[in-house]
Amino acid sequence: MSLLDKLDAVAAARKALLPEGLEVFGTPIEEVYSATEARIGDRRILFLGTNNYLGLTFAPECLRAAHEAIDREGTGTTGSRMANGSYSSHRALEREFAEFYHCQSGIVFTTGYQANLAMISGLAGAGDVVLIDGDSHASVYDGCRLSGAEIIRFRHNDVSDMEKRLKRLGERSKSTLIVAEGIYSMLGDQAPLAEIVRVKNAYNSILLLDEAHSLGVLGKTGQGLAEETGLTDGVDFITGTFSKSLGSIGGYCVSNHPQLDQLRYISRPYIFTASPSPSTIASTRAALKLLRDGTELRRQLWQNSRQLYARLDGLGYQLGPQPGPVIANILDSPQQALLLWKGLLDHGIYVNLILPPAAPEGKALVRCSVSAAHTSEQIDHVGDVFAELRKSIFQ
Amino acid sequence: MSTDYNNILSRLCFHLKQLSSPDVVIVPETDLINELAIDSVKLLNLVMEIEDEFDISVSLNALADIQTVHELANLIYKIKSQNK
Repeated sequence: MSLLDKLDAVAAARKALLPEGLEVFGTPIEEVYSATEARIGDRRILFLGTNNYLGLTFAPECLRAAHEAIDREGTGTTGSRMANGSYSSHRALEREFAEFYHCQSGIVFTTGYQANLAMISGLAGAGDVVLIDGDSHASVYDGCRLSGAEIIRFRHNDVSDMEKRLKRLGERSKSTLIVAEGIYSMLGDQAPLAEIVRVKNAYNSILLLDEAHSLGVLGKTGQGLAEETGLTDGVDFITGTFSKSLGSIGGYCVSNHPQLDQLRYISRPYIFTASPSPSTIASTRAALKLLRDGTELRRQLWQNSRQLYARLDGLGYQLGPQPGPVIANILDSPQQALLLWKGLLDHGIYVNLILPPAAPEGKALVRCSVSAAHTSEQIDHVGDVFAELRKSIFQ
Repeated sequence: MSTDYNNILSRLCFHLKQLSSPDVVIVPETDLINELAIDSVKLLNLVMEIEDEFDISVSLNALADIQTVHELANLIYKIKSQNK
């Protein structure tokens, strides 16, 4: 099969699965009105699939900081920090992340995806092992591949399965990087961190925790699952993203290991890419302050999340295992999921459609992400629409 | 090939049978993806079952080159032999 034939096969597979004229992936959004509302085609829609957990994308402090940064430093850095130099604002954000986590140092990356790519491929290499949860994000899998290390999966959130694999490794467990996520992006469940830390200590391994979906959501000051469980000191490296609770784009890693800084000199996803634009850094710095002081935002977020989870659960939808801002409706077939996704969109609600193989266990997901910016009335409306659609989906 | 290999092959065919339609005949040359329509997720889940059964860990790196039932059985055999 030629290179282009392969792409034709992908197109054919998509066409077989998705109805003609329905742009399920990369749905065109014409206008964005607020953190929770936009226009798709000629319809005003409610965003329920943005990962905008704290609703900060239109926070006046963030908008102002971004505008000022553009005026002061221009629209872009036009190159990597290694080659083009390191702006004071980038260095300041790294210090602020380190202070936020009470850690020795921090590194900022251009995207959250690159943060995992950079950290995993920088920490592990040929001859090492990376032990990952089966439901890990693609950035974790891709970071593993880039590292050249041996990649071993354990069953999702199953610490005894993880331990079994560490035990099999014998002495090699000492050169093993374990990767887990604070909140898993697809099902919205949390890692059993206390057990993971206990086992990683017993086998002298290193633990990287990705707080991409838990930053701003969990913990008193919003650090994530490590803070929520009081286990920040038990985690070796914490990564995360700016593109969810912080409302911009970028990634970070913090650690108390002094070796973290050396990653700047060996990690290709850090070295060979342009650094984030000044406006991105500036809005992220403003958002980080709001996130840290965002107790009320987190309270509202959790109230909204519990309200929707309870309503959908009561309606009989099969949901992810625990309430949280990521609420996954698990459906048996892609056709069912597509029907629900389309029904919601027809009622002015935009959510995420996840089809196999991206959905765990071969299922299909209609994934909602709740925001602190949603009103109780909006959540009620979403529940009403799910109730109305239920009969036609499961008939 | 030794009895160990034959035992592995037999157990592997048993697991694969659970994932395939009843009329499919599984032989060592059977292509996992093209003939059994085992997608990447199913294959990874199958590997976890096999790992438990043989008390081994199979890395994702090693799976990348696997096409046929024989190649998978041979990989498991090699890992088991190394662990002895």
